[in-house]
Amino acid sequence: MALSGGVDSSVAAAELLHAGHEVVGITMRLWGGDSDTGCCSVADVDDARRVAQQLGIDHLVFNFTDDFHEHVVDPYVQAHRDGITPNPCIECNRHLKFHRLSERADLLGFDAVATGHHARIVQHDGVWRVARGHDPQKDQSYVVHMLPQRELARTLFPIGHLTKAEVRERATALKLRTAAKPDSQDVCFITSTGGRTEFLGTRIPFRRARVVDAVDGTELGEAESLEMITLGQRRGIGLPGGGPKRYVVGIDHATATVRVGDESMLDVDTMRVGDMVWSHEPLEGEVRVQCSAHGATNVATASVVDGEVRLAWHSPQRRVAPGQSVVLYDLTDTFVLGGGIAR
Amino acid sequence: MSAFTYLDHAATTPMRPEAVDAMLPFLSERFANPSGSHRFAREARTAVDDAREVVAEVLGAAPGEVVFTSGGTEGDNTAVLGTVARRGGTAVCPAAEHHAVLAPVEHVHGVVVASTPLGTVDLDALAQVLRDRPDVSVVSVMAVNNEVGSITDLAALAAVVREWAPQAVLHTDAVQAPCWLDLRTITPLVDLLSLSAHKFGGPKGVGVLVARQGVAYEPMVIGGGQERERRSGTHNVAGIVALAEALRATDADRPSELPRLTALRDRLVDTLMAELPGVHETVPRAHKVAGSAHLCIEGIENEALLFLLDEAGVCASAASACAAGAMEPSHVLAAMGVPRELGLGALRLTLGRTTTDADVDRGADAVVTAVQRLRRGRS
Repeated sequence: MALSGGVDSSVAAAELLHAGHEVVGITMRLWGGDSDTGCCSVADVDDARRVAQQLGIDHLVFNFTDDFHEHVVDPYVQAHRDGITPNPCIECNRHLKFHRLSERADLLGFDAVATGHHARIVQHDGVWRVARGHDPQKDQSYVVHMLPQRELARTLFPIGHLTKAEVRERATALKLRTAAKPDSQDVCFITSTGGRTEFLGTRIPFRRARVVDAVDGTELGEAESLEMITLGQRRGIGLPGGGPKRYVVGIDHATATVRVGDESMLDVDTMRVGDMVWSHEPLEGEVRVQCSAHGATNVATASVVDGEVRLAWHSPQRRVAPGQSVVLYDLTDTFVLGGGIAR
Repeated sequence: MSAFTYLDHAATTPMRPEAVDAMLPFLSERFANPSGSHRFAREARTAVDDAREVVAEVLGAAPGEVVFTSGGTEGDNTAVLGTVARRGGTAVCPAAEHHAVLAPVEHVHGVVVASTPLGTVDLDALAQVLRDRPDVSVVSVMAVNNEVGSITDLAALAAVVREWAPQAVLHTDAVQAPCWLDLRTITPLVDLLSLSAHKFGGPKGVGVLVARQGVAYEPMVIGGGQERERRSGTHNVAGIVALAEALRATDADRPSELPRLTALRDRLVDTLMAELPGVHETVPRAHKVAGSAHLCIEGIENEALLFLLDEAGVCASAASACAAGAMEPSHVLAAMGVPRELGLGALRLTLGRTTTDADVDRGADAVVTAVQRLRRGRS
């Protein structure tokens, strides 16, 4: 059981025990640098350990800081350098929780790895699927979309059938010290005081960007740091207030140019998705597509072209920033078919 | 037969029964504060002074040179920070030192000198620093390395320090020494020496800082002026009494324990090296204390190994754990030049007073089984 020190994984461990499993709590130490919000501060490890003690299970801390750097932090920095908007929490799930940890669990003779995600694992037509969690507000199927059959068969999400309110009720009933702990929201290696700018600013050189009108090419101003700008962004691009709302509709990394225009210029009819991981096997046809952690889904027709997935939207959709995860669900919007990275 | 096999005596030792017996009255009816002026207080004061004499005798020091502390870290911190606070100047220690010395040396912007592949101080590098830095006020070098068990040649070290930095105070962290070395041979070589009771069958939370006659430092804990103004705070009477009894018994048992534990350790290491390929002794046995086995095992990660050993009922250790409890890559192995990859497979097995033949058999079995399983899983 991956114990982060939060309320979800605390209750998940209790649920597993209740179901009769033999449970060992593992906290992964991932980030050695400054942190104030994340899942691996010493205070959070203390909470995880105390919960394990309260539940009467063993608790261990595994040091995966090297892997975290290699698979999450370094690619995060490199992506910004390349003008891409990455999702580090998804990469952490992919490489740490559902790879490094499950590999270690195998080696040590565990049958399954459990986490406190709000998602469910179901069998549908004899195939394992990640299904949406019971609580629509908290559903995390998007961030665990990358689980293939082999992992799905031995992964458990013990609180996927509960709402967040029910999770907190159970934690309170069990007198767990995490019962009232606020949810973590942010990227664990970015401090709330310094933010993304400080983190990236000490690791990569920022380039000044020319801001131009997307229609006629008129020079409108200059932005501090090209690497901090994301497609669809409206604030912080060095434009004076008032006037019509202008959005970033294009970023040319080579020439350090940011093109701005009105919102409709962000709309597209198609998009490409690379690095696709299918839950079972590749599928084509009508699907529902989710492009952010708590975003709405929209219908598209998927086709596989040259190893990439091409999505044709049924109605024009806002362009997705390259680097973001794009997750395909079945048409009833119940379970994940697969997911990849927006190109 | 005990339910588990304890091979982690360098982390802490089980208390000696005679030390437990010695301390119990001071936790109940003999509870008085030794600084008081009534008969109960005098009785407690007598117990502390008796303990001080016992400790002084085992250390080859004068009773007035024995300062009771809260443990090894306090003694180490006081030696470095207290000396620099009193005399200014630069603190120096080697890279493979315990963090209780390393952290205060870095805190006062001291100099960290190289360690040898044995984990001991590089005397040439030290001499160079002492020649270059006439302001060195304290040199701190551990007597026995807590991780890999290597023994410092304190006579050679003292010769270098006295030659090149006669003004400097020489401190040794001797926390890992009492079970293995006759402290009477060490104390005369140094100015300050720290000990911790729980490493030799005493309780946790009590220790000794020996400050030789005429060696002054700024006290780190000030207030009531106990311990001749060198360490304030009400005496931990029960702890001090138990420390003295544990130290006396450890010193008395040493001549018979050394050959017994050397033989057990040798059998443990020889068995592991015979049954498992790719096992390296981190420090040759001639350079280390009797109870210590430290191995680097190829092709495994010690976090996984320790889990399997724990499951098999064997208490062992790798490097030191961080504040969160995760295994950290060892700064000692890094200082010795052990490649990081090999260091990930570091395993420390440390024997002590309660270790038996059966413990060695079970420990060796468990390590062999666990390593084979982990290697199979990886291939």
